[in-house]
Amino acid sequence: MRVAEAWRVALDALRANRLRSALTMLGVIIGVASVVLLVAIGTGTKQKVEQQVEGLGSNLLLVVPGRIEVGNAPVVSPLTLKDVDAVNRVVGDPDRVAVTVASGATARAGGRSDFTTVQGVLETTPAVFTRSLARGRYLTGADVDTSRRVAVLGDSVARALFPDRDPLGQQVALAGVRFRVIGVFAPLGQSLGVDRDDEVHVPVTAAQRLWGTQRIDGIAVKAPDRERIDELGERIVAELNRRHPDTEFSAVTQQQILGVLGDILGVLTGVLAAIAGISLLVGGVGVSNIMLVSVRERTREIGLRKAVGARPRDIGVQFLLEAVLLTTIGGVTGMALGVGTALLVDALSPIPAAITWWSLALAFGVSAVVGIVFGVVPAQRAGRLDPVVALRTE
Amino acid sequence: MTEPAASGPHGGERAPAIEAVDVSRTYQLDGVSVAALRGVSLTVRPGDYVALVGPSGSGKSTLMHLLGGLDRPTGGRLVIGGRDVNALAPPEMATLRNETIGFVFQAFHLLPRTSAVENVALPLVYRGVSARQRRERAAAMLGRVGLGHRLDHRPNQMSGGEQQRVAIARALVTEPTVLLADEPTGNLDSVTGAAVLELLEQLNEESGVALVMVTHDQEVAARAHRRITMRDGVVVADSARPPGADTDPHSAHDRPPSVDHGRPATLVPAPSAEPRSASGSGPGHPSGGSGGAAGATGRLPREAERPQADPREARDAAVGERAAERPGGTT
Ligand SMILES: Nc1ncnc2c1ncn2[C@@H]1O[C@H](COP(=O)(O)OP(=O)(O)OP(=O)(O)O)[C@@H](O)[C@H]1O
Ligand SMILES: [Mg+2]
Repeated sequence: MRVAEAWRVALDALRANRLRSALTMLGVIIGVASVVLLVAIGTGTKQKVEQQVEGLGSNLLLVVPGRIEVGNAPVVSPLTLKDVDAVNRVVGDPDRVAVTVASGATARAGGRSDFTTVQGVLETTPAVFTRSLARGRYLTGADVDTSRRVAVLGDSVARALFPDRDPLGQQVALAGVRFRVIGVFAPLGQSLGVDRDDEVHVPVTAAQRLWGTQRIDGIAVKAPDRERIDELGERIVAELNRRHPDTEFSAVTQQQILGVLGDILGVLTGVLAAIAGISLLVGGVGVSNIMLVSVRERTREIGLRKAVGARPRDIGVQFLLEAVLLTTIGGVTGMALGVGTALLVDALSPIPAAITWWSLALAFGVSAVVGIVFGVVPAQRAGRLDPVVALRTE
Repeated sequence: MTEPAASGPHGGERAPAIEAVDVSRTYQLDGVSVAALRGVSLTVRPGDYVALVGPSGSGKSTLMHLLGGLDRPTGGRLVIGGRDVNALAPPEMATLRNETIGFVFQAFHLLPRTSAVENVALPLVYRGVSARQRRERAAAMLGRVGLGHRLDHRPNQMSGGEQQRVAIARALVTEPTVLLADEPTGNLDSVTGAAVLELLEQLNEESGVALVMVTHDQEVAARAHRRITMRDGVVVADSARPPGADTDPHSAHDRPPSVDHGRPATLVPAPSAEPRSASGSGPGHPSGGSGGAAGATGRLPREAERPQADPREARDAAVGERAAERPGGTT
């Protein structure tokens, strides 16, 4: 009965001050909506990146010099094409082995230029990584063997250099050396803010000649099956360590990459949520503030209720409920707003957003807790009011 | 708890509703002590009709707050409904107020945006009465104060007199033993005030609730069965109305002298003082001098006439008379 009265009174109080209640809720609404939205974007990005990493091709093994860890400085690679031959022997199938030597370079064509990444690769690349062409053809074994100056352009590079022409058969100057365009990749899009279509593939031999190096930056192997992938990695690393005792090598699988990326994105999502949480906290302070006003405004009512038999706790519960109603109604509204915005962002912008049930539950729970935490002090103050003083208040 | 002077020889006396013994109340204002009450002793019995008079600032409201359990004394002993206030925690005080006290304030203190019937039902909320029962009892109580047709009106849709009637209904819906009214007609014009006063007197008579009322109106005070005068935080006079002094014919009809004198108007100068001894001279009671003297004069005639009637019977007789007298009245 007493609790029912507390509900009735709390709702009545919110209704009596509609605008004030709405403005107070706004703080919570914005806070909850931003938590939901930012967590959705974080989660969406993570999902998309995972898809892309998996889309690289299954059972992929990347072999690079140095240790693969977040924040580790890259190591100058001692690998050469001779090492690639050794790896080929370990793997037993040269078609499963891809290499890269990459460097930034300016690409020019017909008065236009674009700074891009030039990758020296083998003809095996499209089979090892899942890459498809929009136009033309990819590099062949002959192109690699003869260091032919031919190039396959990423979608962005093709658009930048040949906005109104067919790039096929055109000349493009990479670091001042002319190459002939033989193909254009199908677009891949972005991941983690990186344009994956901003690259040019040329034969690894031509690239090495271009930069005057024998170096290979890394080797990628498509393992025949998932079970043997770790063992294969160990054998490759052992072989490379034997050939280069001074350097450490790492073989990482997609799962490991996903793990590292997941960690990074998890931290990122957490930071975003924390920033949004601060605005929720500010909203809570607003609730606390307005509850103190509400208590002051209704001091005489509190005095009267106490005079007719309300215990301190009855009064406290009444005001606590009012605060919790403010934040939970605000919380539900904020959730709706956050979900709506996330869906819009996902549909209308390149930023991916995915709603997760736990973020909704968390947002609602946090808004209720904010109501309790920030309502407790005003509620206690109301409960402890001296009835005589309260009744005298004007 | 009961004092021998009041209940000893007459077995019919009921236990006091409120008993204050040498009660004081000192406020701390910016480090300065303000003694609003300086040793007041007073007993309110069921059915009493007491007028509390005195100049502004004499401590009447302060005393009313204490008697109603809204405030605690800083000294002395205060027993409300058989419970010592000093031993009660705030929630217990709240329950005590709910069960034994009804308040009527000068400023009405109705909840805005709340219907008359809900205002009246409010004390029942804190008693855990079901919503349907609350409404029934509140509606019945509003009927008794003549507002059966105003159940769903809000305070701002009612006149001052009607609002005070709602407040009276709210005070009585819990069937308290004491109704405390601090200048209940202070915000009303004289005609409306007189009607409200009449209602209070009628309820006091019909339901037997003790009525303690602060008033500045000497005429009003004269109608009460007992008048307590305060000055500077002490009781300076506490007298039952002398017989024959009644100038109001209506009231004289309704209240035979026997009722008045059957009511105990007790001023106890010191808790342990022998009633007939020179009570004011007890050591350690700074306020005892004036209070004791007044008490002695007030007590003598009452003591003499006490054997006449049990107050309960007298009241019942008076109610019967009243009912018989009015043709339309229900018995
Ligand atoms: N909260 C308080 N703090 C300090 N002093 C107070 C307080 N309440 C009352 N007093 C003082 O106590 C004394 C008695 O006040 P009280 O209100 O009981 O007088 P009263 O007899 O009801 O007067 P009135 O007829 O004007 O209503 C006054 O001197 C007043 O200033
Ligand atoms: Mg007063």
